[in-house]
Amino acid sequence: MEPIINLKNITFRYQGEQTRAALQDVSLTVNKGEWMAIIGHNGSGKSTLAKTINGLLLPETGSVSVGQLDLNEENVWTIRKMVGMVFQNPDNQFVGATVEDDVAFGMENQGIPREEMIPRVKEALEQVKLTDFASKEPARLSGGQKQRVAIAGVVALRPDIIILDEATSMLDPEGRQEVISILKEIKEKYQLTVLSITHDIDEAANANRILVMREGRLVDEGTPAEIFSEGPSLVEKGLDLPFPERLKQALKDRGVTVPETYLTEEGMVDWLWTSILNK
Amino acid sequence: MMNKLILGRYIPGNSLIHRLDPRAKLLTSFYFIGIIFFANNWQSYLLLGLFTLFCVYLSKVDFGFFLRGVRPLLWLILFTVALQVLFTSGGEVYWEWGVFQITEFGVQNGIFIFCRFVLIIFMSTLLTLTTPPLELSDAIEFILRPLNVIHFPVHEISLMLSIALRFVPTLMDETEKIMNAQRARGVDFSEGNLIQKMKAVIPLLIPLFVSSFNRADDLATAMEARGYQGGEGRTKYRVLHWHKKDTVSVCVYAFLTVALIYLRA
Repeated sequence: MEPIINLKNITFRYQGEQTRAALQDVSLTVNKGEWMAIIGHNGSGKSTLAKTINGLLLPETGSVSVGQLDLNEENVWTIRKMVGMVFQNPDNQFVGATVEDDVAFGMENQGIPREEMIPRVKEALEQVKLTDFASKEPARLSGGQKQRVAIAGVVALRPDIIILDEATSMLDPEGRQEVISILKEIKEKYQLTVLSITHDIDEAANANRILVMREGRLVDEGTPAEIFSEGPSLVEKGLDLPFPERLKQALKDRGVTVPETYLTEEGMVDWLWTSILNK
Repeated sequence: MMNKLILGRYIPGNSLIHRLDPRAKLLTSFYFIGIIFFANNWQSYLLLGLFTLFCVYLSKVDFGFFLRGVRPLLWLILFTVALQVLFTSGGEVYWEWGVFQITEFGVQNGIFIFCRFVLIIFMSTLLTLTTPPLELSDAIEFILRPLNVIHFPVHEISLMLSIALRFVPTLMDETEKIMNAQRARGVDFSEGNLIQKMKAVIPLLIPLFVSSFNRADDLATAMEARGYQGGEGRTKYRVLHWHKKDTVSVCVYAFLTVALIYLRA
């Protein structure tokens, strides 16, 4: 597998904060086509990490490279073309006065001619299933729809990587589901690399690999199965358990013997009905 | 509160006036305010009045909206008319008391001033009622473009304008929410004397300012992440199209000017 993002010994400190660095000696590699989730509780440095990848923040020490390029002042705009970012607050990242204007905003910045923009906007809106909303204003959209517009704006730019900086944290469960399922589709269609920073454990369960951050450091790394099978010790790290794990825990408390390995929701269903049949 | 404000409101529709190019509407509206000062007798005011009513008719917007547009300026209009009526001398004197006198010219001038006000308000209300704010800002950008020569930041101004317009509804919602949240904690926004009322606004304004700055920060980050580097080398997705009907509307104004010059005393 070909690495696409490479962080080496990154340290970052916010101005005026001398006590603790927001990121301490973070190194990580993301492979092409991978869905990587970064989890950790508030203030663990997840969002700071995301912003160092496309040069919104410059690390104190260490190096960042995206694709074949090292992140520096010369390359930063080329790297931003490769990395699309969706932020947390759906209201505050909506630049255009209507949906189609917002989707076109990134393309306008790149100087793409209008004849090319029109079909690309259309295609991107079809992708996020918002074709009927093309001329609507942001005030008339729900939070989930606004995040889908933000994703369309990224898709229209044809990036290699999408970073989701807690993109679903302000949405209701329904909007969250919509956004995640659309992201899965888009990732397959355009062969994207996805880096999702999240609180939501169920969103992280979709990933190929999970990184756990705590107080500016990477403390754990593994597939969802590996991470979640740690069970209750995850709670000590300040994280939630995914639903099947919580169910397992509850069954255990009631004296049922459960498998030690991590089960997805489908795995849990299978295990449940087979174990009931055996009785 | 927001529903009573007609000035600057847009009523969606699909009439001939709605479909005109915003540049044509903006320029002709300003031009109308210019030529209204040419009118100086009954015939010329009658012509302009009929023209305005015809435009209102074409826009297919309910006439009540225009009347409500006049309402906030009613006191200014009455004050000006009163001054004109009371202090203009000449012609037959109807009534006199100290420095005040009501004369034939005074009454005539008062009526003219009244017509002038109402026509200007009708025309500018017509502009905002039939043009989406966004198109208006596009039109302003186009008209300001020649100022690039003197290094006037046209692109920045137009981006500023469109972001401001985009955030108006968002900030309105936010204001409403903060007001309700403060009401829930006992703040009364409508009671007390002037000073108490002003003090009650503080728990509304401070959070609103803070949140606006936070929004601005987030928006700037999001714009930068999407490759925004300023106006240079940027293309535009929204473009305005000048049609034949726009040329026609400009021609109508040319005829109107000629007719006005012919009619004026």
